[in-house]
Amino acid sequence: MLLITCPYCGTRPELEFAYGGQAHVARPQDPAAVGAQDWADFLYMRDNTRGVHAERWRHTHGCGRFFNALRDTRSDQFLGIYRVGESAPALPPDAPKEVP
Amino acid sequence: MSGAFRAAAGGSVDRSRPLRFRFDGASFTGLAGDTLASALLANGVHLLGRSFKYHRPRGLLAAGAEEPNALVTVRRDQARCTPNLRATQVELYEGLEAHSQNRWPSLAFDIGAINDLLSPLFPAGFYYKTFMWPRRAWKTLYEPFIRAAAGLGRAPSEADPDRYGNRYAHCDVLVVGAGPSGVAAAVAAGAAGARVILCDEQAQFGGSLLSDPDQPPAAWLAASLASLRSNARVTLLPRSTAFGYFPHNLVALNQRLTDHLHDPASVQPRERCWQVRAREVVLATGAIERPLVFPGNDRPGIMLAAAARSFLNRYAVIPGRRVVLITACDEAYRAALELHQAGSAIAMIGDLRARAVGPWAEAARTAGLPVQTQCTLLGTGGRLRVSSVRLARLDAQQRLLGRPQIYACDLVLMSGGFTPSVHLHSQSRGKLAWDETVQSFIPAQAAERTRSAGACRGVFSLAAAIQDGSAAGAAAARDAAARDPAAGNAGFAGRAPEPPIPERDASMAGFSGALPQPQAHTGSKAFVDWQNDVTTRDLALATREGFASIEHIKRYTTTGMATDQGKTSNLNALGFVSQRLDKAIAEVGLTTFRMPYTPVTFGSLAGFARGELFDPVRTTPLHDWALRHGAVFEDVGLWKRARYFPRAGEHMHAAVARECRAVRSACGIFDASTLGKIEVVGPDAVTLMNRLYANAWNNLAIGRCRYGLLLREDGFVLDDGVVARTAEQRLHVTTTTGGAARVLALMEDYLQTEWRQLQVWLTSTTEQWAVIALQGPESRRVLQGLVEDIDLSAAALPHMSVARGRICGVPGLLFRVSFTGELGFEVNVPADFALTVWQAIYQAGAPYGMTSYGTEAMHVLRAEKGYIIIGQETDGTVTADDVGLSWAIGRSKPDFVGKRSLARPALSAVDRKQLVGLLTADPNTVLEEGSQVLPAPGQRAPRLPAPRPIGHVTSSYHSPTLDRSIALALIAGGRARIGQTLSVPTAAGEMPVTVTSAVFYDPQGARLNG
Repeated sequence: MLLITCPYCGTRPELEFAYGGQAHVARPQDPAAVGAQDWADFLYMRDNTRGVHAERWRHTHGCGRFFNALRDTRSDQFLGIYRVGESAPALPPDAPKEVP
Repeated sequence: MSGAFRAAAGGSVDRSRPLRFRFDGASFTGLAGDTLASALLANGVHLLGRSFKYHRPRGLLAAGAEEPNALVTVRRDQARCTPNLRATQVELYEGLEAHSQNRWPSLAFDIGAINDLLSPLFPAGFYYKTFMWPRRAWKTLYEPFIRAAAGLGRAPSEADPDRYGNRYAHCDVLVVGAGPSGVAAAVAAGAAGARVILCDEQAQFGGSLLSDPDQPPAAWLAASLASLRSNARVTLLPRSTAFGYFPHNLVALNQRLTDHLHDPASVQPRERCWQVRAREVVLATGAIERPLVFPGNDRPGIMLAAAARSFLNRYAVIPGRRVVLITACDEAYRAALELHQAGSAIAMIGDLRARAVGPWAEAARTAGLPVQTQCTLLGTGGRLRVSSVRLARLDAQQRLLGRPQIYACDLVLMSGGFTPSVHLHSQSRGKLAWDETVQSFIPAQAAERTRSAGACRGVFSLAAAIQDGSAAGAAAARDAAARDPAAGNAGFAGRAPEPPIPERDASMAGFSGALPQPQAHTGSKAFVDWQNDVTTRDLALATREGFASIEHIKRYTTTGMATDQGKTSNLNALGFVSQRLDKAIAEVGLTTFRMPYTPVTFGSLAGFARGELFDPVRTTPLHDWALRHGAVFEDVGLWKRARYFPRAGEHMHAAVARECRAVRSACGIFDASTLGKIEVVGPDAVTLMNRLYANAWNNLAIGRCRYGLLLREDGFVLDDGVVARTAEQRLHVTTTTGGAARVLALMEDYLQTEWRQLQVWLTSTTEQWAVIALQGPESRRVLQGLVEDIDLSAAALPHMSVARGRICGVPGLLFRVSFTGELGFEVNVPADFALTVWQAIYQAGAPYGMTSYGTEAMHVLRAEKGYIIIGQETDGTVTADDVGLSWAIGRSKPDFVGKRSLARPALSAVDRKQLVGLLTADPNTVLEEGSQVLPAPGQRAPRLPAPRPIGHVTSSYHSPTLDRSIALALIAGGRARIGQTLSVPTAAGEMPVTVTSAVFYDPQGARLNG
C-alpha cells in the first residue's frame, strides 16, 4: 500500500485515496470547436508512462480534495505533490534516472 | 525415552519434558523443543510423505522453511485442521496429531505410486498434450482423475472457529531475520536509539547459531538477545514470518500465536497479521543450502548437510548411523565431522571439486574421514529409505576414473553450496545481480529504503556476517533519523549511499545444475524441484522443445511453482538450463519472487473481515419496521432493501402481484431512503447543473422538479434522478441508489478541477433524508390529514413539484413525483423521524387498503410504464436517445458534459439498439433477462451457422396489471420495428415476440396527473 502525502492533510495510506488518472488533461474550453480526432484523443487516449507520471489523486476519505502527484511508475516513489492549478514542481536532484 | 535415535546429550531440547504425539495414528514420544520433523527422526521415522505427481516416497530434505517434501496435516478437530504444513516448522506439543498427505491407503503402500511407473505419460506439459481428446472426457474423466491423483492436503470441511488478529505498527528500523546478522543489526540500531522491530519465523532467535555447537557464538547470541530484551524501544517478534514486501516499506508479518500450544485459550487469536510501516528495513534472511541433482536424489534419508547439522546439534537427533556425504563446498564437511563425533560412521565424503580445500575439509582429513575428489553420484538404492549410493570419479571430460563404488548407508548428505534468500528484496522490486564469487544472485540496487546484510547477500562467514549486520543496523538507524518527515516518502532523499559488500568467501560457491554423469542418459529420475516433481528430464524436454526463457520454462515444467516457490530448486533449474543452452546463468535470468515467502492462512489475511464484518451493511431508518413486517431483503450495493413483504403462505410471485395491484388500485407505501441525495447550493448552483446535466435548468422554478439526466463525457448515460429547486440557490439532486457516490465524486471532480471559479457547495444528504414513497390513486386522501402548510391539490402541487411543510408534525419536503405511473408523493423527513412518520402514514392509509411494497413490485410497476433503471436498461454504452430520453436533452445549451460526444456519428447511427417493449406470444412465458433477441425464423440470413442476435432483453416480469408477461429490450433499430415479430431463444425453445412501445400501461399518463 502506497503512502501518499495529501497537500492539505499530510501523509496517509493509499486506502484513504482514490486514483484520478492522468493529470493535466484539461477539458477543452469550447468542445463544439474540437475536431473529431482531437475529441476522441481527449476522451480515450492517455499516456502509459514508464517513468515519471503526473497523475491525479483525491483524498476521498479525508478532506475530499483533488491534487496532483508526480510518481515514478517504475518504483512507485512519489517525486512531488502539488495542488490543482499549480504546475508540476521540478524533480528532486536525487530522483532515480535508471529503472530500479 | 524420546526415540531410539536421540543423542544422550546436547541440543536445546528439554529432556525433562517428554511430549506424546501421533503421526498417521501411531503414537510416539518427543521432547519439548522438538519440531514434528525432529521428533519423528528421533523415532527413526524417515518416510514422511508422498510426492505430488509420482507419489514417490519422500523424507526430510531440510530442517526449516524450505522443506519441500514433509508436508503434513495437523489436526485439532474437524474444523481446526491445517493442511500442507512443513513438518520442520511444526512445533511439537503434548497430544499433537499429524497426518501425512497424498497417499492411499497408507504412506508405506500407496496405490498412486503407479504414477511413477506411468511417468512417460506425465512429462512436462503433459496436460497440454495427453488429455486433449475427446473434449468431453476432460470434464468427466481426465480432470477428476488428475485432481484425485495429484495434490496436496485437503481443506477442512467446517468453518474456521479461530480468531485472527490484525495490527498496524510503525518503526524506524524493521529487521527481518534473527540470525547472527539480524541480531547484530537490531542491536546496533537499538543502540543508536531507533525504534526497532526484530522478527523471525522461528520460535527461537539465533538462526544458524541455533544449529551451531560452538560455545563463543552461543555466548554472543545470549548477550545480544539480553541487551535487546532490556531495550524498551525494541519489539521482538518470534514465530513471525515476514511474508510480503509492499511499496513504501510496508512489510506484512504473519505471527503464529497458538499453534505451538497444547490447549490454547479460546479467546486468544490464533494468528496475527502485522502490517509494519518501517522507515528503514534491514533484510537478514540468511541463505538456504542447495541440494545436488543426481539420479535417485529424492529417497528418504537423503538430506541437506545443514539439515543434518540442525537435527544433530539443535534437536540431538542422529539422522543416520552410516553416512555418505556428497558436496561441492567446504561448509558441509562440518556435518560429517559432527556426525562422526556423535558416533555415526562416515562411509565416504565425495567432493565434486578437483581439490578439497578449506578448513573443514582439512579437519576431516585430520580426523581420518575418507575423502574423494572429482567425485559424482551415479545413483541410489533403497525403497522407503536410502540403502546405498554409487559414487564414481570423473575427469574433466566426464570420463570415469576407475570403477564406480557402491557404499551401503542409511543417510546421504548433500551440499551444493548456499543460495542467498533474496525473496523479500526481490519482492520489493530491488534488482538482483549475479555474483561470481558466491555463484548466486545477490541483492543489487534497492527500490525501497531497504538494505540486506549477512548471508542473504553472500556474506557467509560468521564474523563477517555479524559485522555486516551491525553496519547495516547502524546505517539504517542513521538514515531513519535523518529522514525528513515533511518529505513523506519522496524518494531516497537524505539516504546514505549503499556500503560496499564485504569480501565474500568463494569456498561457499558450490555447484548448481545436474551432477556430471558418464553417460547422458541414466535410468532413474534426478529431481530438481522436489515439491512439484520436476526432473532434469522435464527441463531437458522444455529446452528441446525450444523454450529458452526461464520464465517460459518455469511455467511449462512448473519448476519453482510449488508452495515452496523453489527455495531449494530455482538455482539448480537455472544451472541446468544454462548447461543445456550453453549460456551463463546470469544470461538465463531469474524469475521474480512473489509473496508469500511461505504459505499464509486465509484466516490471517482475512483477520476480522469475515461474517458480518466482511463488508459494511447499510440499512435505512425503516429497516427494523420492514424486518418486523416479514420483508425479504435484497442487496443493492451495500444497502439492504426490502424486496417484498410476503403474507402467510405467500410466495414471491403472489406477494409481488398483490403489492402491485394495491398500488394501481389503492395505495402503496415504499421505502425509497436509499436514493442518493446531493444538496447543490450556491450562487452558481444552476450554472453547475447546466454544465453537468444534459437538461436545461435555467427555467426551473422554485418548487418545481425535473427529471435530470447525467451523461459521461463520452455521451453515454451515467445516472438519472429527480432534481428539485428548493430555493433560488439550492437544488436537491437525487441519484440512483448505486450511483450516489459516483455522481458526487464526478461533481466534485468538475468543480475542483475544471470550473474552480464556480461558487457552489456540494453536500451528500443521502442518509439525512428518509424518503417514504406513497403511490396510488388514494395517496392524496391518505396524506390529506397528515400535512400542514401544504396544499395537496393538483393545481397547487402538480406532478413534478415540491413543497416544504410539516408532515405528521415533522418539518420536511413533500415531492409530488411518481416512479409507478400513479398519483404519487415522496415524503422526505429527517432520518430520525422516519419511523414515526412512516407508521402514521401507514395507519392513516389502513382504511384505504394501504400496502407496503418492496423493490420487486417497484421494478414491475416502473417497467409497466417503460421507466428505465440505470444499470439495467443502460450498461455504459447506451445513449439517451437509445432509451427514448432524447426529450430530456437541452440541445440549445452551448455545452454540457457529453454534448460534444453526441455529435459523433456512431452515437446517432440508425442501427443503434433502441429501447422497445416485447410481448411474448405465450402470455405466461416470462423471458429470462439477458436473453438474446433474434430475427424471426423466416427473416434470417441464409447459410449462417447461427443467426446474429439483434438485441437483448433488459427487463422482464409478469405484469399483474396486464395479467401477462412484459419485457423491455434493446433492439437494433428497435423503434422502427414496432409491430414486427421477432424471436427469443428460451430453455423450452424459441418464443415469438411482438415488438411494442416500451410503455405498456397508461401511455397518456392520465393516472399520473390525477
